[in-house]
Amino acid sequence: MATQHSRLAARFMVAPSVGFLFVWMIVPLVTTVYFSFLVYNLLHPERQGWAGFDNYYYFLTDRAFLTAVWHSVALVVGVLCITVVGGILLALLLNLPFWGQGVVRVLVIAPFFVMPTVSALVWKNMFMNPVNGMFAHIAKGLGLQPYDFLGHAPMLSIIGIVSWEWLPFATLILLTALQSLDSEQQEAAEMDGANWMNRFIYLTLPHLTRAITVVILIQTIFLLSIYAEIAVTTGGGPASTTITYLVAQQSLYGNDVGGASAGGIVAVILANIVAVFVMRMIGKNLDA
Amino acid sequence: MGQITLNAVRKCFGEVDVIPSIDLRIEDGEFVVFVGPSGCGKSTLLRLIAGLEDVTSGGITIDGTDATELPPAKRGLAMVFQSYALYPHMSVRKNIAFPLKMAGMTPEQQEAKVQSAAKVLNLTNYLDRRPGQLSGGQRQRVAIGRAIVREPKAFLFDEPLSNLDAALRVNMRQEITELHQSLKTTMIYVTHDQVEAMTMADKIVVLNAGRIEQVGSPLTLYEHPANTFVAGFIGSPKMNLITGIEAEKLGATTIGVRPEHLDIVDSGGWSGVVGLSEHLGSDTFLKVGTKEVGTINVRAGGGITLRHGDAVRLAPRPGKVHRFGSDGKALS
Amino acid sequence: MARKSSTPAKVVVTAAAWGIGFLIFFPILWTILMSFHTEGDAIKSPFEMLTSPWNFDSYAEVQTRSNYSLHFFNSVVISVGSTLLALVIAIPAAWAMAFVPGKRTKDLLMWMLSTKMMPAVGVLIPMYLGFKNMGLLDTRTGLVGVMTLINLPIVVWMLYTYFKEIPGEILEAARMDGASLRSEILYVLTPMALPGIASTLLLNVILAWNEAFWTLQLTTHDAAPLTQFIASYSSPEGLFYAKLSAASTMAIAPILILGWFSQKQLVRGLTFGAVK
Ligand SMILES: Nc1ncnc2c1ncn2[C@@H]1O[C@H](COP(=O)(O)OP(=O)(O)O)[C@@H](O)[C@H]1O
Ligand SMILES: [Mg+2]
Repeated sequence: MATQHSRLAARFMVAPSVGFLFVWMIVPLVTTVYFSFLVYNLLHPERQGWAGFDNYYYFLTDRAFLTAVWHSVALVVGVLCITVVGGILLALLLNLPFWGQGVVRVLVIAPFFVMPTVSALVWKNMFMNPVNGMFAHIAKGLGLQPYDFLGHAPMLSIIGIVSWEWLPFATLILLTALQSLDSEQQEAAEMDGANWMNRFIYLTLPHLTRAITVVILIQTIFLLSIYAEIAVTTGGGPASTTITYLVAQQSLYGNDVGGASAGGIVAVILANIVAVFVMRMIGKNLDA
Repeated sequence: MGQITLNAVRKCFGEVDVIPSIDLRIEDGEFVVFVGPSGCGKSTLLRLIAGLEDVTSGGITIDGTDATELPPAKRGLAMVFQSYALYPHMSVRKNIAFPLKMAGMTPEQQEAKVQSAAKVLNLTNYLDRRPGQLSGGQRQRVAIGRAIVREPKAFLFDEPLSNLDAALRVNMRQEITELHQSLKTTMIYVTHDQVEAMTMADKIVVLNAGRIEQVGSPLTLYEHPANTFVAGFIGSPKMNLITGIEAEKLGATTIGVRPEHLDIVDSGGWSGVVGLSEHLGSDTFLKVGTKEVGTINVRAGGGITLRHGDAVRLAPRPGKVHRFGSDGKALS
Repeated sequence: MARKSSTPAKVVVTAAAWGIGFLIFFPILWTILMSFHTEGDAIKSPFEMLTSPWNFDSYAEVQTRSNYSLHFFNSVVISVGSTLLALVIAIPAAWAMAFVPGKRTKDLLMWMLSTKMMPAVGVLIPMYLGFKNMGLLDTRTGLVGVMTLINLPIVVWMLYTYFKEIPGEILEAARMDGASLRSEILYVLTPMALPGIASTLLLNVILAWNEAFWTLQLTTHDAAPLTQFIASYSSPEGLFYAKLSAASTMAIAPILILGWFSQKQLVRGLTFGAVK
């Protein structure tokens, strides 16, 4: 069904989507690039001119930058590991026959639908608060000293919260993939004398590869831009500032527009490195 | 009216020349069948006529006006697809009325036409069902109904019977033929099944690798195949094509003898041994290994009692031997 | 599972699955439970809280102290509005990609997805300044616009995967039947793809409802959706656990219910049809 008429029509039909996305991507991005080379400080409007690569230099040599990169990596990798491994285990469990599968599925998927600000606040106050939180109450009940999670291990706590938000997603997708596993193939392998472990490694895992890559792609997209969880739990601070958060803070509350813009561009470049990597991986797995 | 002409129509998909160049004239009211092996470009040709694909070069005229650039909707043709392509979310009534709605008819006009089409096609009791609730044959009829209400200049059918079981196929074949006799509208019918072609067509177009091998009435093709391809394709069981000494004796590279034109004789002819015999009651199909011409198929009468291992002598009926030259073309 | 597992095994699995399910759901459950107690009781030990009297005071207080219904309304307008707008833009695009694919269709789809990869912070400053100059800061209009663009790639992708399952012959039949492109999309494609379009709608409403970067950056009060409203609880004054619980419960309840309905489509939709 490809006549010249329909091909021409198709061009017109994709044009709005492509146009909007293109403008949405290019215009602000170019502006940011432009700002990033300017001396542009709200506190010193009289200083103007080109900054060359100074803004980048200052941003990249700031100690906060490397720490933030490290935190971003920790957050993304940490959450990915926890949710993928946890998701596989949970999916294997939920795929076994048991009573009340429907209800348990509903319970497990629920956190995915909770808005980030709510989950962050609930965990911060009702669970991790060292005085009134559930964990503190439990510790006191056991005669232990309550632990100030967000105070002493902010990054780990945030990774925990975010993992709670995304574990359901990974589980649901992996469970769905598991359910499409060919049971005859499993039975054949069983007849061939493959034990549970072998069947898992040689049949189940390969079958899940596609689902796992998809989980990694989607989660990476969302994890790179985690913001609210940090904003409402720790509000940043040296021990829990990621690149995204660092740049957002500098953009909104700093006065150095040039510097913040340089930070934004660095964030874009870093994300693109990740994106190229992940898209390569996914491109093979999604047949368009 | 429904007279369609193809002038040097060519179609490439990228590098692949699916249809190198076709000239064809289809007369008004004719039942034309495009037949050929799978992948030879029948559907592509039909879709070019329908306007669902652009020609790479060449032209198509419908009733004398140039239709090469016209979009499908403007060509006044109706198509019945292999998958029926019914609208699954609409009732049978709405399916049949859809082209009328698109043509801007009033609901009353639509209903009247739907009713009369439904009557012709025995669908009156099913008008409120969805396609999903119908049998294959009924879906086929709905697809035809949707085509006839438009009163098109020509109907295009793309292997419409291939999704039906054998018994139903024979029925629908006859229904379509009857439909053609009552409507007298041009029909272009694509199939890979030479039986359908032989039984339905006024005119058969044999296609092979995007080329027309021969155009003619079923009997012309049967009696005077223009080349070895048509000789082998038309007729069932297939014509025996024989090369070697026996062919050279008749001054040809290849000779062809249809299985029904081989007689069992007492002396002379080719001698052989029966390899396989299939007794159908009405006919007996024999596979005979001969010294002179190798293994050949024979269609003999129902009363023949030859069995595996029996010796037999075969002679081609005089005047029924087709001779082909080194280029595969028939020698006169 | 073709074979029946033994009953004891099933009991063990049931206990484990319910236990884990309960643990995962517990924070939500606890929030809901806490919302029905007073502030004083809410900070007592869990056992004391559960045994203290139940009431709706916190809900009443959230309503009177803040303009909850305004934020709820904002959330609805922004999530539904942006998704509908994205659908209108995306349906033609997905039609083109699914039914008139070209050599670059796949690249185009990948490019669209890659725009989702671009970190929002990279464009925060110009967006913020632009919004400020155009007077769009803290307006529903501005946020609907941004959210439309944010969700557009996912909407296109999802529709594309649903459309691809519709046989092209049916659309060709419509064309033969004299349908214009508009009629073809309106009367044939859209109704046939309605289940897919509905799940696309549902999923993107959920995503937009929970989006918490732009909604936090570009709104303060008037156009603030529930994400921003809840975030305002992060710097509490005095006792606020019960009120936070009540506000949270109200903020997540509608989407939790929608989400439970859309579980099945969620997998297909969010994995772009790669996992079904
Ligand atoms: N859209 C297309 N793009 C590329 N090649 C095609 C396309 N449609 C058909 N072809 C090729 O053209 C040839 C003829 O196809 P078709 O007309 O469907 O054959 P038939 O209907 O006779 O079986 C085949 O080799 C097929 O692979
Ligand atoms: Mg075909």
